Amino acid sequence: MAHSRRNFLKAFSTVSGGLIIGFDWAANKAFASEVIKTEAAALNFNAFLSIASDGIVSITSPNPEIGQGIKTAFPVIVAEELDVDWANVKVLQADLSPAFDRQLTGGSGAIKHSWERLRKAGATARQMLIEAAANKWQVEARTCETSKGWVSHSSGKKLSYGELAEAASKLAPPTEVTLKPVDSFKLIGGFIKGVDNPSVLTGKPLYGIDLKKEGMYLAQLIRPTAFGMKLKSFDASEAEKMPGITQVVAVGNRVAVLGKSTWQIMQARKKINIEWEKDGNLESSSDHDKLFKEYLDDTSKAQLQRKDGDVEKAFKEAAKIVEAEYQCPFLPHSPMEPMNFYADVRADSVVLAGPTQTPGRARASVSKLTGIPEDKITVELTKMGGGFGRRLDDGYAIEAAEISKATGKPVKLIWTREDDMTGGYYRPAVRYRFKAALDKAGNITGYYSKGVGINTGNPMRQDNFPAGAIENLLIESYDHKSTITTGPWRAPITNFLAYAEQSFLDEVAKTAGKDPIKMRLELIDKVVKNPVGKITYEPERFRVVMQTAADKAGWGKKKGVYQGFSVYFSHNSYVAQIAEMEKKKGQPVLTKVYAVTDCGIVINQSGAQNQIYGAITDGLSHAMYGKLTFKNGEPLEKNYDTYRVIKMPEVPQVEAHFIDNGIDPTGLGEPALPPLGGAVANAIAATTGKRLYSQPFNMADDKVESYL
Amino acid sequence: MAIVKLKINGKAYESDVDPEMPLLWYLREEIELVGTKYGCGIAQCGACTVHMNGTAVRSCVLPVSSADGAEITTIEGLSEKGDHPLQKAWDELDVPQCGYCQAGQIMTAASLLKDNPKPSLEDIELAMGNNICRCGTYHRIREAVKLAAEKMN
Ligand code: FES
Ligand code: FES
Repeated sequence: MAHSRRNFLKAFSTVSGGLIIGFDWAANKAFASEVIKTEAAALNFNAFLSIASDGIVSITSPNPEIGQGIKTAFPVIVAEELDVDWANVKVLQADLSPAFDRQLTGGSGAIKHSWERLRKAGATARQMLIEAAANKWQVEARTCETSKGWVSHSSGKKLSYGELAEAASKLAPPTEVTLKPVDSFKLIGGFIKGVDNPSVLTGKPLYGIDLKKEGMYLAQLIRPTAFGMKLKSFDASEAEKMPGITQVVAVGNRVAVLGKSTWQIMQARKKINIEWEKDGNLESSSDHDKLFKEYLDDTSKAQLQRKDGDVEKAFKEAAKIVEAEYQCPFLPHSPMEPMNFYADVRADSVVLAGPTQTPGRARASVSKLTGIPEDKITVELTKMGGGFGRRLDDGYAIEAAEISKATGKPVKLIWTREDDMTGGYYRPAVRYRFKAALDKAGNITGYYSKGVGINTGNPMRQDNFPAGAIENLLIESYDHKSTITTGPWRAPITNFLAYAEQSFLDEVAKTAGKDPIKMRLELIDKVVKNPVGKITYEPERFRVVMQTAADKAGWGKKKGVYQGFSVYFSHNSYVAQIAEMEKKKGQPVLTKVYAVTDCGIVINQSGAQNQIYGAITDGLSHAMYGKLTFKNGEPLEKNYDTYRVIKMPEVPQVEAHFIDNGIDPTGLGEPALPPLGGAVANAIAATTGKRLYSQPFNMADDKVESYL
Repeated sequence: MAIVKLKINGKAYESDVDPEMPLLWYLREEIELVGTKYGCGIAQCGACTVHMNGTAVRSCVLPVSSADGAEITTIEGLSEKGDHPLQKAWDELDVPQCGYCQAGQIMTAASLLKDNPKPSLEDIELAMGNNICRCGTYHRIREAVKLAAEKMN
């Protein structure tokens, strides 16, 4: 369970006398470090590393943990530079606090931002401990060494960090520190288990949904049955008489049911008669299908995203033209723990608690709602049962505050699974059109793509590969405004765009009579020699993951194995994947996926592999089965009986490799997801000759299900 | 309302509750054992799996009255010190990502190993094949069940 701020400060004072370093954990501003002697001073810093006299090192993790392993990875980096035994490190979860500048999790960006700061924090403390020992022994600091929480001298003298902590805390921190050479890392790159495992595996209360506070009421919200509807009136007279039901109130466009037990609230919900009325467009998936085609054809509905050379001319002079369209549906995030949040809105303060990737945003919104200043609002962070982007939203935290405000009671709002799937904030539906012009030799001379999305913003990544490799290129988009709400979903945009692009490039290679990997490598050569326009990626790193994947999987060398290739750059990391299918008794089966990732230095082998397995499984699940269908604004799939999620017997083997290049680490929570759909679609095309132009694959071709 | 008697993790409980209330909500809200999780409420995900008289059941659809007189084991009672071979294997192979589904996964696996101490890969996939892990920890769950079986034999 998260520590309250008071507990946090208490924890702080119990180690007074030990060495405490405050450091900038996640923000972009310059590193700051100093020995902290008072609580007031502590608040100026972004995270804490403290060494108690018994040698236990405590590291406070300010960033929310959603299952991506940050609560383990960050402290590992500090512990490496500090040179301490991992068994003596304790990790604490911080609540939202002015002590920290940037407490959020998202965009696979945390490690990239914090790498150097975390290292410096550990190295600074280590240097101060060495200095304390050197002073004591009257020797020169450079003649001392550290190992596993001890400082030793060539004469054989030894002191533990715990013994030195007090003396070290009285020293001025060094202005310059030396970091370990990357190739001497002992802890980083090892197999390190999640710090929360013991609590998770024994069922300890950890998550927002487990939270219980004195005097707390439970609440659920009944939302409009469809996007484009609003509340007209309701009659709760029967429900209010039901056992355990405290109150039924309208909250904005919704009806809140308050009570003492979830089950009783669920029963009462069924007894409330609600009239909804139309408030906007009631859209159906079939409308979107029509709109997509219309907008793709309509040249006036296009926003320019990038233009290189003269595409029109390239297509006019082309020897061959390849053209294809790809479509993806709306998706809910459906993390296993449904949305929930606790709020207690009092006269002049608010207590908030729950699972959120953006606690600062929740606080700001609740401050706006209640008119209570932010410094009178506390936010306790709980562990999250998955996020996938869903908990970047602050909507459910605001809802909890609205209910608390309306009823004057402390409430924990819980969404049912049905509320969760029908509650909006979806991965938007998009349709893409691609066109490539080829010359006689099969070189790509022109490239056009247009994406049309529904509340998508820009569905293109116009400066990503293959942009930079093609002389004449035009990228445009169009956004349809809808009543259906959308939000970021693990690897926003690229979670589908990558499949479309990588499938298309496969088709282009086929038409050009080229091997798909060789063709991409040729394009990379062009970027290296003569890049066209702005690019966001490093072509050499692209090349290495492609070649390594080809080597690891024995590309084109295996008998009876059909392979599909895909490669993508996102969140500053590069991932190449090869999906393999075999025919078993004549029946195609997806047997294996190779993933070669360049995310720079791997901090935790275990956590990194988990992210690869997880992203591939997630990618496959949604490419195969994921679809949220709308009829007159109503989402039709409401729970896991109709919204299918992949299960154990359906997952292929995964072999995860990482490029060991010593480059500073980059994101890993998302990058392995985008390439998966393309690798599988291309493997299916290699095996059956059939190309899949829309997700989910099992609806594009019902045979596909039997491939897993 | 009705009086229901249950034995949960070796402890006797007697409560006056709605007999239709699913065991899941009884566990989570009446006696505050929150290790058993709500994921779907319609027996589709397995997050709520507990043992009733030694067999894995989905507590989200099991009326508490149907468990009257039965012995219930939850993740909190699987072992005294969190050292059941499955819990150890899960930690050793670092299975959890977000961790939310894992109590249900472990309780399902525990029931499998009780009936079938040496499961084949197919046995494991069949028994574990209806538990959803949204984070995609299936590869390691499969290995961890194997490892736990080895530890027990
Ligand atoms: S909550 Fe019981 S099976 Fe999903
Ligand atoms: S570990 Fe997150 S749902 Fe299984």
